[in-house]
Amino acid sequence: MLVDVLIVLVQVVLTLTWTLLLALFLTWVERKQSAVMQDRIGANRASIFGLRLFGLFQPFADAIKMLFKEDFVPSFSQRFLHWLAPTMSFFFTAVTMVAVPFGDAVRLFGRRIPLQVVDLNAALLFVLAMLSLGIYGILISGWASSNRFALIGSLRGAAQLISYEVALGLSLVGLIMVFPSLRLSRIVEFQGAMLFGFLPKWGIFLQPLGFAVFFLAGLAETKRVPFDMPEGESEIIGFYTEYGGLKFGLFMFTDFLEVILLSALATTLFFGGWQVPWLGAGGFVFPWGGNLKVAPWAVTVLQVLAFNLKVFFFCWLQVLIRWTYPRFRYDQLMDFGWKVLVPLGVVNILATGLILAAR
Amino acid sequence: MMKSWRVLKELLRGGAITARHFFVNMAFHTLKLFGVRTKRKGAVTIQYPEERKELSPRHRSLHRVLSREDGKPRCVACMLCVTVCPSECLSVEAAEDDDPEVQKYAARFVVDLNRCCFCGFCVEACPVDAIRMDTGEIRLAATARAGLTIPLDK
Repeated sequence: MLVDVLIVLVQVVLTLTWTLLLALFLTWVERKQSAVMQDRIGANRASIFGLRLFGLFQPFADAIKMLFKEDFVPSFSQRFLHWLAPTMSFFFTAVTMVAVPFGDAVRLFGRRIPLQVVDLNAALLFVLAMLSLGIYGILISGWASSNRFALIGSLRGAAQLISYEVALGLSLVGLIMVFPSLRLSRIVEFQGAMLFGFLPKWGIFLQPLGFAVFFLAGLAETKRVPFDMPEGESEIIGFYTEYGGLKFGLFMFTDFLEVILLSALATTLFFGGWQVPWLGAGGFVFPWGGNLKVAPWAVTVLQVLAFNLKVFFFCWLQVLIRWTYPRFRYDQLMDFGWKVLVPLGVVNILATGLILAAR
Repeated sequence: MMKSWRVLKELLRGGAITARHFFVNMAFHTLKLFGVRTKRKGAVTIQYPEERKELSPRHRSLHRVLSREDGKPRCVACMLCVTVCPSECLSVEAAEDDDPEVQKYAARFVVDLNRCCFCGFCVEACPVDAIRMDTGEIRLAATARAGLTIPLDK
């Protein structure tokens, strides 16, 4: 009993640490990648004892700066709600990571330890529910600020997130029809099979349209640049207006966490999660004939590595998108959500159903 | 329908352009990291305090007052520069020179950089080529106003 609790505790700590570290360094990646895309160098001055390391210490410098800023609440704002909003945003995003499987279950000292904090049987619904709850953070922040710009930003944000959640949900229905489970670990296991004997049976190959809708709606959920109506930093400051220091930092951190979360979900649902193509429990079995024995521990390492690499790729892609495209106009945003993504999601469900029925 | 395909095509093209910039620049950065010298660089950035951009020969920077061969200031205190200066930042105090050929020289020659607009009219107005703006000194900053009032006759 005690050992079980200990294992879960270790898993929680490891997952949280890893996610937060990833988010911390995603701020650095974002700065550097945008700089490289624009023929610049980017933040490279932060140093410890003269050791610069490409500015890798920049996130820590930023964190220290934010920690030591005044925790300011405007006199016209509501103190408790003002504090609650960033906390809620952060919590509901961070807690979603517990459902994501980082790797296959490991056998250690005769125990089966899943590389996942909780293997919920309705994990997909849990993830969607937590994403929906994240909206409250935005709504409350706008309301508690008692600032017109903040209120406009938060209302825009709520409208946008609720609209795109419809498309997000619809895009996942097709996936559930193909992989008949809501358990994320089961979905990943399904994707270990082969399609036509050589193609890994990943969600992207079975649900290309579903993935497109999911990814675009997910981008809108992260509320970063092409979809940054809630913030809109060049017109209204949005729901951040009355926030500074660590509370603003929490909001910003939530954004980066959402990027990681979307990457992790896209990986888990559509890109095989921790599956390495053609790697089974005993080693590689190539479709062109030929085997490669791999030790069990190496298999686990490869799988965890594969998961992380896929997540990194999607983080990279999202930063690329964020620094390439200009912002939607508000009516275009709503048009895109309701007139493009939702119909496409329905078409995807119908097409999937037809194919499944015809088979 | 056709329009949305065109839009999609252009969106993908835009993404490809930024991605190409990323990969090309990244390749040059990586080469530099491993000590390979390339003609092209990964970034156009000039790391300012360590690296300096070469100033154009016509660049107008901090003034200097030239001297004669014997070390005396070349300025004859004719006050043309003081007259022409649109921001009234120059102040010259004349004194009598022992040499009858020279007659006057500048005992004090002060430029107030708080006011100077670096137009270069003083250089053009000078009949004896005594003032130039070619020191290449562009780090002109001070923590107090007095620090920007610079005597040039030293």
